[in-house]
Amino acid sequence: MSVRNSQPPALQLQNVSCVFGRQKVLWNLDLTIRQGETVVIVGESGCGKSVTMKVMMTLQQPTSGRLHWFGQDVDELSAAKLRQQRLRLGYLFQGAALFDSLSIFENVAFGLRHSGETDEAKIYDTVRDRLAEVGLAADIMPKFPSEISGGMQKRVGLARAMALAPDVMFYDEPTTGLDPVNSRRIDDLILSVRDLHGVTGVIVTHDLRTVQRVADRIVMLYPRAKLQDHESQLIFCGTLEELKQNTDPRVMEYVGDELTTTLRQSA
Amino acid sequence: MTSSALRAPISMIGQLTHGFFSAFGGLLVFAWDMLRSLKRGLPRRHVLVPILHEIGVRSVPVILVTGTFIGMVLAVQTFTQFKQMHMESRLGAVITMTLVSELGPVLAATMLAGRVGSAMAAELGTMRVTEQVHAISALGADPVAYLVVPRFLACVTLIPLLTAIADVTGIVAGWLFSCKVLGINSFDYWMYAEQFVTGWDVMAGLVKSLFFGCAIAIIACRQGFHCGAGSEGVGRAATQSFVYSFIAILGVDFLLTVALNTTYYLIWPNAVSLAVTGGW
Repeated sequence: MSVRNSQPPALQLQNVSCVFGRQKVLWNLDLTIRQGETVVIVGESGCGKSVTMKVMMTLQQPTSGRLHWFGQDVDELSAAKLRQQRLRLGYLFQGAALFDSLSIFENVAFGLRHSGETDEAKIYDTVRDRLAEVGLAADIMPKFPSEISGGMQKRVGLARAMALAPDVMFYDEPTTGLDPVNSRRIDDLILSVRDLHGVTGVIVTHDLRTVQRVADRIVMLYPRAKLQDHESQLIFCGTLEELKQNTDPRVMEYVGDELTTTLRQSA
Repeated sequence: MTSSALRAPISMIGQLTHGFFSAFGGLLVFAWDMLRSLKRGLPRRHVLVPILHEIGVRSVPVILVTGTFIGMVLAVQTFTQFKQMHMESRLGAVITMTLVSELGPVLAATMLAGRVGSAMAAELGTMRVTEQVHAISALGADPVAYLVVPRFLACVTLIPLLTAIADVTGIVAGWLFSCKVLGINSFDYWMYAEQFVTGWDVMAGLVKSLFFGCAIAIIACRQGFHCGAGSEGVGRAATQSFVYSFIAILGVDFLLTVALNTTYYLIWPNAVSLAVTGGW
């Protein structure tokens, strides 16, 4: 992993709050993702992990606060510039979110076509290469999402996101619902995306094996409703080693036994 | 009545009013977003053609059945009344006029709000629930341009066309039933139809169906885009899409009838038509 400190951070949240009705999901959250690192966001359900990632991708409008992409304030970008800059960010959805009505080929080619690529041969080559990178053969291309397994759908989702060669990849619970073999395969793909393409990664997961295998840095969020007004929602930010040493009861409650078991199993 | 007893109904009226204006405002904002996306460019052919097929071609059987039965029911109902006045030979005028100016557009739009509108709301709702709408944004495309604009264009162009098919089917079914079953002279049927129904009446019916098409598309797509979580949310979006579309069809029909009749009398102050009663 190479952290290029001289460069602006890939993503930066400043005092971001997200309120749904009366429910404060995020409150004054500050978070910086440096270029080239893989950050895993963990925390119990309802703490705002997925919302944080959607805010970073501009799929969710924050109630207040600022978001910066590569040093640029997103609010200052025009709609066209925002769409263009968004192509630097890829997103693997929890359920893959493949388009039901399109074939696998058309799913992976979707972003390319909408980014203005018109050379069909080039689109075909890119789709074939991205599918090969995630371990899928070209004969899967005419199939539809309903005809392939959940693990394959996740890999197609990753190929689709990678087709536009993003600088940052978001992974929303990438191994949820997958068997251990497919989970490991997805973890390996996350690592290869980082190592081969130098892509910055932001991962939301409950799977501590994934945390252990891919994280350069771990961020733990805590449900806003359980905190006092002055307390930060970000209760931990550091490496795996630092996480293991941490004595915060809230952190220990989440990772304590499970992390120990996971580490023992890995050993 | 005490003040606390008054509070509940006032609060309910306030909530209903707020809900209505909030929903109406949301609909206008959504329609504005759609128009802005439409201004940026037309959808690609491979996106538009399947939607045109789904909304247009696959609605034809429903429209044929609807038109046929409206025509025949009108013939039966009108015949009974007109026979008492010895005016049964004028059945063609009543059936044709009623179909082209009112019942054809309204009933065809109602059927299409059920078949097409609910299906669109359910489809887009499912896409939202499964994050496919977010995926479109994440891949650098505009979900409104990709999903809403082609459906809007399909509804606006095809619903008037389907209404015209329903009108023609109804008139022909009414003619067949009148002549073959009720014993009306075929020449009289067509002569009175031609005498009383003007190009304005046909145009008025098609203009109405154009607006109905707009209303169905915008309401259905908006309900789909803002549907709640899970299968329950999708089901509710589909149901609400039909209910709101039906209310919109009735409201728009009334407003357009007033507007078109007023316009008609402004242009031809001395004209006589079955479509206008002279009150406006």
